[in-house]
Amino acid sequence: MGQTVTEKIIARAAGLEAVRAGEIVEARVDLALANDVTAPLAIAEFEDAGFDKVSDPARIVLVPDHFTPNKDIKTAGQVKKVREFARKHGIAHFFETGRAGIEHVILPDMGLVAPGDLVIGADSHTCTYGAVAAFSTGVGSTDFAAAMAWGRVWLRVPQTIKFVYHGRPGRHVVGKDLMLHTIGMVGVDGALYKAMEFAGEAIEDLPIDGRFTMCNMAIEAGGKSGIVGFDKKTTQYLQSRPVGSRARTAGQVFASDPEAEYAQVVEIDAGAIRPTVAKPHLPSNTVPAEDLADVRIDQVVVGSCTNGRLADLQQAAEVLKGRAVHPDVRLIILPGSQEVFLAASRDGTMQALVEAGAAFSTPTCGACLGGHMGVLAAGERAVATTNRNFVGRMGDPESEVYLANPYVAAASAIAGHIATPDMVTTAKGGA
Amino acid sequence: MAFEGTVHKYGRDVDTDVIIPARYLNTNDPAELARHCMEDIDPGFVARVRPGDIIVAGENFGCGSSREHAPVAIRAAGVSCVVAASFARIFYRNAFNTGLPIVVCPHAAREIEAGDRVRVDVVEGRIEDLTTGKTYAAEAYPPFMRELVASGGLLPYVKKRLAEDEA
Ligand code: SF4
Repeated sequence: MGQTVTEKIIARAAGLEAVRAGEIVEARVDLALANDVTAPLAIAEFEDAGFDKVSDPARIVLVPDHFTPNKDIKTAGQVKKVREFARKHGIAHFFETGRAGIEHVILPDMGLVAPGDLVIGADSHTCTYGAVAAFSTGVGSTDFAAAMAWGRVWLRVPQTIKFVYHGRPGRHVVGKDLMLHTIGMVGVDGALYKAMEFAGEAIEDLPIDGRFTMCNMAIEAGGKSGIVGFDKKTTQYLQSRPVGSRARTAGQVFASDPEAEYAQVVEIDAGAIRPTVAKPHLPSNTVPAEDLADVRIDQVVVGSCTNGRLADLQQAAEVLKGRAVHPDVRLIILPGSQEVFLAASRDGTMQALVEAGAAFSTPTCGACLGGHMGVLAAGERAVATTNRNFVGRMGDPESEVYLANPYVAAASAIAGHIATPDMVTTAKGGA
Repeated sequence: MAFEGTVHKYGRDVDTDVIIPARYLNTNDPAELARHCMEDIDPGFVARVRPGDIIVAGENFGCGSSREHAPVAIRAAGVSCVVAASFARIFYRNAFNTGLPIVVCPHAAREIEAGDRVRVDVVEGRIEDLTTGKTYAAEAYPPFMRELVASGGLLPYVKKRLAEDEA
């Protein structure tokens, strides 16, 4: 019987010949992740349960990113707990401010994830690493505590829904639009408990950044994981990671068998997808960006684990170069990592954005969860390249978030209302 | 593993915020959390609930944040198990991991009424409404889940496993 790539990875990690959807297995964890919100609870549970050593410090990653650089005294205390735990147990992958960034950007970028890996994380967007053909999923703090002690996780093998994207996306249509469109189609629980497998010509053409964006938002469709097949683009990306890293030296490539069993196959015409925006208060509430030109905005955020990579910042800069942010709008850029920050400062991206009137932040989750670095007041409206637009997600419960790609975010920052790049370049007489 | 108790009934999409409001997340103490369980959806719940009682709810029980305080609060309030039409994915994990028995049964979730006396064999998946005399079949727990529940949650289970490996 054929197997999906997800079933093959789980079988490998569980030390089994094959697994079937629905079956429960105990799988070895190649990497377990937690952040400054979820790690403190997991550490308390680990210690209360009487564990005194971690099974393998090299397979644990701790990333303080939500409220760092430390936002206030309380969060400073939380981060301190995580730091001290990392020191005590010899956890080298503790990422300190100044050498860090958003967990889901830095784990793959630092080469910690290899294809065929099984990764769990006490953060719902852990599904991001499917872009490098790994299985990764979000769990709770107890799962993370158990993985630290035991090196394993229990998993119910998910069924897979295959999404096949035909054709070529048009101008200014990127991974974000393919994914928002998909979530709009299937709904926020359309893939509940299931793995989302992305395939088709449009995915083959999609750069690795776009693949990260798509896998990252699998959870917004209720998915357990997202995954893209391994190809030349995956190899190129992995080979560009640090010398000696897992990305370059480890891993195993799996592919879905042609006769693999899918819960459903969804065919999508990528050529028909336009730059897409999700209106408040659900990521499935999608419409073409151009239909929202009457929505005035107060703030634009470009960043997050969804769209905080170099390509995302470059797309925003492409639109903003030589133009100015609208007087009534605040544009905030949150690069995903130190590596992204540095690259953007070297290639002129940062300069173009700052000259246009953007505030350029140090890497952090910050505004994405209404934590700091750009919280919204009551009645304010933002366009953000982030992943959730729930009530109060970026600040006051009476603020609103519209989710979009970096091109649309940048164009909206110039226009003062939701706009596509074509709308702002035409207004200036064409460029 | 069977439980018998009086039913507290809720609708669909009971989220983790109403199970235990965010304002009480400054503690991990189960007894303290139990005092505020279901406060924002059913303020009388804590006064009414008796040890062993059972929650019956609609689809997507436990949706929202991944906070583990939610299953912990329910269990500490004295609830023996939760029967629902479906559970949100991370709540489902967290319930087993923190030792709260849960059963998926859309049919029972629809028909059982508040105040009914119900007997639930969570392991075998047998639900009996003693008030109406009706019985319902849910999926039996796979062996792994049986062990998890019998151990009292994931960390005690892991401890046992590690001790076995050393022996
Ligand atoms: S950037 Fe936003 S969604 Fe991503 S990990 Fe940080 S808070 Fe979560």
